[in-house]
Amino acid sequence: MTQQAAAKMQDMSAQVHTARTTKGALSIRNVTKIYDPEGVNILAVDSCSMEVAPGEFCMIVGPSGCGKTTLLNAIAGFHSITSGEIFLDRKLLCGPGKPTAAQGADRIVVFQNGALFPWKTLAQNVAYGPMVQGVLSKRDALDKAHEMLAEAGLGEFGGKYPGEVSSGMARRAEIVRALINNPKVLLLDEPYRAMDGLTKSIMHEALLEVYDRTKVTIFFITHDLEEAIFLGDRVYVLTTRPCRLKKVVNVDIPRPRNYEVLSSEQFRLLVEETNDAVHEEAIKAFRLGERELA
Amino acid sequence: MNNHAIATTAGADSKLAAPTRLSLTWYRLKKKLRTPTPYLMVLGLTLWMVTWWLFSEVWKLPRFEKMPGPVVLLKDWLASEPFYGISFFTEIYYEHIWISTRRILIAFAIATGLGVPLGLFMGWSKKFKDYAFPILETLRPIPILAWVPLAILMFKGFEAPVIFLATLASLYVTTLNTLLGVESIDESYFRAAGCLGSKPRHVFFHIVVPGALPFIFTGLQISVGVAWFSLVAAEMVSGDYGLGYLIMQSYVNSVTVPLVIGMVTLGFVGWFTSALVRRAGNLMMQWRVRALALEGR
Repeated sequence: MTQQAAAKMQDMSAQVHTARTTKGALSIRNVTKIYDPEGVNILAVDSCSMEVAPGEFCMIVGPSGCGKTTLLNAIAGFHSITSGEIFLDRKLLCGPGKPTAAQGADRIVVFQNGALFPWKTLAQNVAYGPMVQGVLSKRDALDKAHEMLAEAGLGEFGGKYPGEVSSGMARRAEIVRALINNPKVLLLDEPYRAMDGLTKSIMHEALLEVYDRTKVTIFFITHDLEEAIFLGDRVYVLTTRPCRLKKVVNVDIPRPRNYEVLSSEQFRLLVEETNDAVHEEAIKAFRLGERELA
Repeated sequence: MNNHAIATTAGADSKLAAPTRLSLTWYRLKKKLRTPTPYLMVLGLTLWMVTWWLFSEVWKLPRFEKMPGPVVLLKDWLASEPFYGISFFTEIYYEHIWISTRRILIAFAIATGLGVPLGLFMGWSKKFKDYAFPILETLRPIPILAWVPLAILMFKGFEAPVIFLATLASLYVTTLNTLLGVESIDESYFRAAGCLGSKPRHVFFHIVVPGALPFIFTGLQISVGVAWFSLVAAEMVSGDYGLGYLIMQSYVNSVTVPLVIGMVTLGFVGWFTSALVRRAGNLMMQWRVRALALEGR
């Protein structure tokens, strides 16, 4: 490894390790999204606004098909918005005249069903970002990838293909693949949806550990209220379609958190406070009975 | 933290069970010999041979009396001086095999070299697909045999028209399967690649190509079979050597033994080429082989 690259790497890891709370302010203003799959307009998101502070662990809760993923897709640049604006650190991502945000490594998505490239080993997957962006050479990127995988407790698995490790391991590697790019925002789309309760609890602790270490802004979509309160700083409850902001709950449980939080009185009260709002929307969504939109 | 402990124990387990290549092959062989599969295969083959022998040589059933039986066939096939001129010990037998195989190799190489990039580009670029797909879909249903007269007129000699026909047949299969391969790639891989800051060429080489590989190799296995099919058809019409020519020539001379030798040889050579393609695919897709192995396949 050249000296310059080593310096660069050190610089990168320094950035990752220091808690930073100046980057990653996400501002969603009056965002509306209308789908017209068959000439019939469907209002998916209806002037939804929220302000996510830099370094906030923000949880988005709403019934299935309410338009949570539509919001995430708009931030990531996978889909356009019909009106409104989304800013990241006061920079316009999408808005009037620019319906679709440009995709970039400052906002990285961790997908519901996992999207590690199955034809690359975990280490190659993690090294992919810095390599294609030209930040690091292939060798340096791989060295860095192995290092970061080891930090996440995945040191032994760098040479394995995603198909050879458990879904929990794969999901953690996917988060490492995001973090190596030093993103401003991590967008998680129900990443633990398909997991059993025991694996889920391990995943939660691992994610909390990552968050405490990096203080990266996290935009986490779920429909599991307890997960939302256990992990998040703030819980945004959304209405069923069309998606609007229904309720914001501040979770002032101190960090670092662990599983004892779940049996605390404070946790129980927060769930109680939020549950009515979520349940009401769930019933509405069920009555609508429509399929989810992409 | 707990997670580290979990990771290290799992790692230790996988180290414990790291077998060498040879011992693994031996283990698999022993395991296979304990299943009924190999014995059933031998039994099936024997039953088939005995039936053939009874029908054609012992009972001489109607429709079977013209067919050479296995005993007659093997006697000539294994003779150093065969009555009908074709056996393991004659040079001409290998010449037929080699000439057909060489034609297949050339045709398959051209078809793969053109078909895979064509399919990849069609899958990758909507615009390119809009241009090329209608042409492909119109040409594809034309049976290869319908091309024979034109191919003979277009190309001089024996070699070129035969190779052209075999190439054409396998080109369609390869292109179409490659295209389907690209279209089968999960959208989330493209999205992930976009998030991670890929430029179009990265998407092409890191997502499109490896993602389409499983379909490409399925296509190549079919395409090599189709190439043999049209090659033999072409050799029957126009040719000077090759297994198709051998079969047709035997028919013209009313000798059935070399005819069936040619047919059986085609079966084995075709099987061998498909196996080679499958092997190459497995070598290039270790990620898939390993994942499938864990599922017990």
